[in-house]
Amino acid sequence: MSTHASVTTSVPGVKLQMEHVGMVFARDGKSVPVLEDINLDVRDGEFVCVLGPSGCGKSTLLNVMGGFLSPTSGSVSIDGQTVHGPDPRRILVFQERGVFPWLTVEGNIGFGLSKLSSTESRQRIAHYVQMTRLQGFEHTYPSDLSGGMKQRLQVARALAVNPDILYLDEPFGALDSVTRFIMRGELLRIWQTERRTIIFVTHDIDEAVQLADRVVVLSSRPAKIQDVLSIDIAHPRNLSSPRYLEHRDDLLKKIGLAYAV
Amino acid sequence: MNSLAKPGRWEKFFWPVLAAALLLAVWHYSVVWTATKVFPSPLSVEKGLAELLRKHVLWADIGDSLRRVAIGFGTAAVVGIPLGLTLGWYPAANQIVNPVLQILRPISPIAWIPVAIIFFGIGDRAATFLVFLGAFFPIVVACVSGVSNVPSIFRRAGRNFGLSPAQILARVVFPAALPQILIGLRIALGIAWLVVVAGEMIAVDSGLGYLVIDSRNSGKRYDLVVAAMLLIGLIGLALDIGFRRLEKIRSVRWGFRS
Repeated sequence: MSTHASVTTSVPGVKLQMEHVGMVFARDGKSVPVLEDINLDVRDGEFVCVLGPSGCGKSTLLNVMGGFLSPTSGSVSIDGQTVHGPDPRRILVFQERGVFPWLTVEGNIGFGLSKLSSTESRQRIAHYVQMTRLQGFEHTYPSDLSGGMKQRLQVARALAVNPDILYLDEPFGALDSVTRFIMRGELLRIWQTERRTIIFVTHDIDEAVQLADRVVVLSSRPAKIQDVLSIDIAHPRNLSSPRYLEHRDDLLKKIGLAYAV
Repeated sequence: MNSLAKPGRWEKFFWPVLAAALLLAVWHYSVVWTATKVFPSPLSVEKGLAELLRKHVLWADIGDSLRRVAIGFGTAAVVGIPLGLTLGWYPAANQIVNPVLQILRPISPIAWIPVAIIFFGIGDRAATFLVFLGAFFPIVVACVSGVSNVPSIFRRAGRNFGLSPAQILARVVFPAALPQILIGLRIALGIAWLVVVAGEMIAVDSGLGYLVIDSRNSGKRYDLVVAAMLLIGLIGLALDIGFRRLEKIRSVRWGFRS
């Protein structure tokens, strides 16, 4: 493959590539390193969980991938193209309060669709209302939705613009554990029908083992990739199977929490 | 009954009416016991009010006051909202303009009366200018803080969906700041109503403010003075209640939940 100035060599099947990504914030005149030498390839259609302790820089990593922050060193490329800023082809879903409270469910899902014809955008909206099971709430405002519904709405708004990557920043972190469990199932169902690349940041080990093809374990600050673990269990995963528990124990060990309590 | 129980429907009206009745009684007996010849009793105010209502000039006065508020407040909103949004959107510009705003803001519009008369002469435009001044600053301040309080998550979402800065301002920042802007407008409307009465006492010869000062000057008719004061209060209340209805609009209601 011929080399081009801004185009790094793209490896077939690799969607997103991070090379020697480092991030240093300047705070009160001191420089605080947050990310250190992150190297990661994410395959097209892969579900990757980024797991790390709170405050380790997981969100920073996601914001760098999404183009909201530019790394102080190294580079991020998608399909061989260096990322220079946010792009509607990859949408970031926030932990909470990401939906627009002044728009209805329909208005939120249609937010990124203003370039489409009205028939087309109506169809898109209807499709994703169905997919995220928000039927009957099309004209409801977010203040009248439950936390789980708001997050489904955020996912619907993201999927509606047909992105090829979805970045999820602890999207279920503010939900109660029962809702969180249901939401994981919903997300897997959506991922299996839509086959987008998903990069999912979490501090919840169970969440990672339940969802991911691969789990990227980050160290505490400055975050480095400590380990990458493949989870080769078919979906739907049996949460009490020996394989599942093995992976879970493995992750606990890698995070350094095994038998600590 | 404990304090958590829901008050009955009758109680919602009974206690406020009782409070008003008590106030009237205190007023009435104070006038009776002090045997004042100057200050009117509630009954003579009521007669004064009836007299004013019979004279058609009252409606003209009310109309004039409302017109001045509408024009002054309207102009303040038309100029102040875009200015406030711009200053909120460009913090660098705000840093330059803010000190001037903060110096002008605490100056009572009443202090501007002589200046207003130099600018516009005695007349409608001077009074309207004072209303404009009173309403302008709260509107600008509410817009600036409304815009700068918009959570960054909304702006980032806007950028993520490929919106241009102008589109982010129109489709994200403005609707997100709208509840706070409405609160600013409501405060500004209240101030506009305070200022128009003061302005009319000096700069013009019509309106409710003029009615107050004219009733005093021509024959010390304090029954009419107090009647006009009560009218001013009632109309101010009506304006506020009217404006609060805007808070019920669905696309802003989220910002008014306690």
